[in-house]
Amino acid sequence: MEALWLSLRLALCVATILLLLGMPLAYWLSQARWRGKFLIESVVALPLVLPPTVLGFYVLMAMGANGPLGKIWVAWFGHTLAFTFTGLIIASALYSLPFAVQPLVAAFESVDKRLLDAAAVLGAGRLRTFCKIILPLSIPGVVTAAVLSFAHTLGEFGVVLMVGGNIPGVTRTVSIDIYDRVQSLDYSAANRMAIALLLISFAVLSTIHAVNRRAWSPWPVKHGE
Amino acid sequence: MELAARIRFARRNPGREEFHLDVDFHIGPGITILFGPSGAGKSTLLDCIAGLLRPADARIMLGDKVLHDCVAKSFVPPQQRHIAYLFQSPALFPHMTVEENAGFGLPHASDSDRKRAVRHLLEMFRVAHLAHSKAGRISGGEAQRVALARALAPAPRAVLLDEPLKGLDAELKSSIVDDLLAWNGVNRVPILYVTHQRDEVDALGARVIALDRGRIVSEGLPQNVLDAPRTKRLARAAGFENYLTAIVQELREADGVMRARLAESQTELELPLGYATVGTRVQVAIRAGDILLATQRPVGLSARNILEGTIESIEVRGATAVCRVNAGAVFLVHVTPGALRALEIESGKRVWLVIKTHSCQLVDS
Repeated sequence: MEALWLSLRLALCVATILLLLGMPLAYWLSQARWRGKFLIESVVALPLVLPPTVLGFYVLMAMGANGPLGKIWVAWFGHTLAFTFTGLIIASALYSLPFAVQPLVAAFESVDKRLLDAAAVLGAGRLRTFCKIILPLSIPGVVTAAVLSFAHTLGEFGVVLMVGGNIPGVTRTVSIDIYDRVQSLDYSAANRMAIALLLISFAVLSTIHAVNRRAWSPWPVKHGE
Repeated sequence: MELAARIRFARRNPGREEFHLDVDFHIGPGITILFGPSGAGKSTLLDCIAGLLRPADARIMLGDKVLHDCVAKSFVPPQQRHIAYLFQSPALFPHMTVEENAGFGLPHASDSDRKRAVRHLLEMFRVAHLAHSKAGRISGGEAQRVALARALAPAPRAVLLDEPLKGLDAELKSSIVDDLLAWNGVNRVPILYVTHQRDEVDALGARVIALDRGRIVSEGLPQNVLDAPRTKRLARAAGFENYLTAIVQELREADGVMRARLAESQTELELPLGYATVGTRVQVAIRAGDILLATQRPVGLSARNILEGTIESIEVRGATAVCRVNAGAVFLVHVTPGALRALEIESGKRVWLVIKTHSCQLVDS
């Protein structure tokens, strides 16, 4: 059970961080007309195609005592990031980044451009337009982003193993715990954990589909657009 | 308050020819109509004035305030121009109530001031009863009224209306126009009103600027601009059904007329004198409703053009019967279904077309 709580805590932290960082990034991606934008979009999407071990390897290198991130961290906090819960959050956030950013970009881009023009001629600046128009009209996308990054972090294995190792209560997440138990032939314990993960993932995905289904949506359906 | 604009703007659309906007005009308080066929650049022009587009070469003044001066490199963003802009779609914020929409342009007013201003405008445009409805759930005509109230709430210094009444029925249209005129009577600011509907032009009865292919082709009173359209595209938008190519035969400068022969036929027409010499090809536009039909050769008429032809086909559309008449070229003629019966007009019948010289408009092709 310790592993399950750890996984849930990790997923919650990652989803929160990704929403906070993902919204400004997604807003920029949805509005910018800079020619080099595709490069940033590719970097954001990279974790989708990269094997988790490759990403985990680079993150581990960066976090090590001689890595760029590791050096700064050691200078400030006196210990390395690798094999800590914080290190796990950073690595998982990187790995789940596209799962948060892409639904947000899609939602922000689908807001009718004329609504933004209308807000502009009525005197609203970027921040007011974002908070009052874009964000409220993108609620389903925000929910999707939060839920997908939560669910994706919950089940992550490769990156966690590379960066966090297998320290009980610190970095042993539920997927690693399942792997461990199978290795030690404790199938019934592995089964309990696997079912718990399956049910949580299903519940979480049902939430997205319920929110995005118009009939159940807490948001009024747009008419005549 | 006066709005003065000189704008040169080029837009490259991949796969299509480059679009150039090149205009220079100024308008005073009250309504000015911007008239032109679709694709003339009307919406682009409004976007430039509102500051949603930033043309490289422009100077736009509102009163004594410079909104955009490419030489002095000053550009006031749309948020600070105090120009109301109503698009073709109402563009209401669907997640807000009607009241919240109408008050959106007044974020700095106190709650009670905003409520009072919003209520006043919603009453003026007769949508006060919808104040607490979600904007996404009201009808098209109501939404357009709310959009108008929302645009006018911040007391704008100029108003841009881009076909605001498109798709609404005639009765609703004229009542919204009346409300707008009432507002303008109190708030004497320039209003630029885009339309290509002749009936709206007549209802507003204001000065018209005709735009075609990014240029101002004529301006003045509606009857001068729309009854004597200068280009074929403009004529089509102004409701001219017949376009004929003719070759000038003879200039009679003393009478102010010229004789021309229709291309590929022997039929001759008398036209108002235009900038043409003998042998040049000219384009003539004639309204189908300006042509008379006779079943016998008329005599003793002042009309100078009497052409013999045969009815090719008849199509009744509501209160209008459209006859296709071959008189060297095919003419479309509008008559009433009653006239059709009284004259016993049917396909193949021999008829005479009667066309006044000044019903023939020379247009640029």
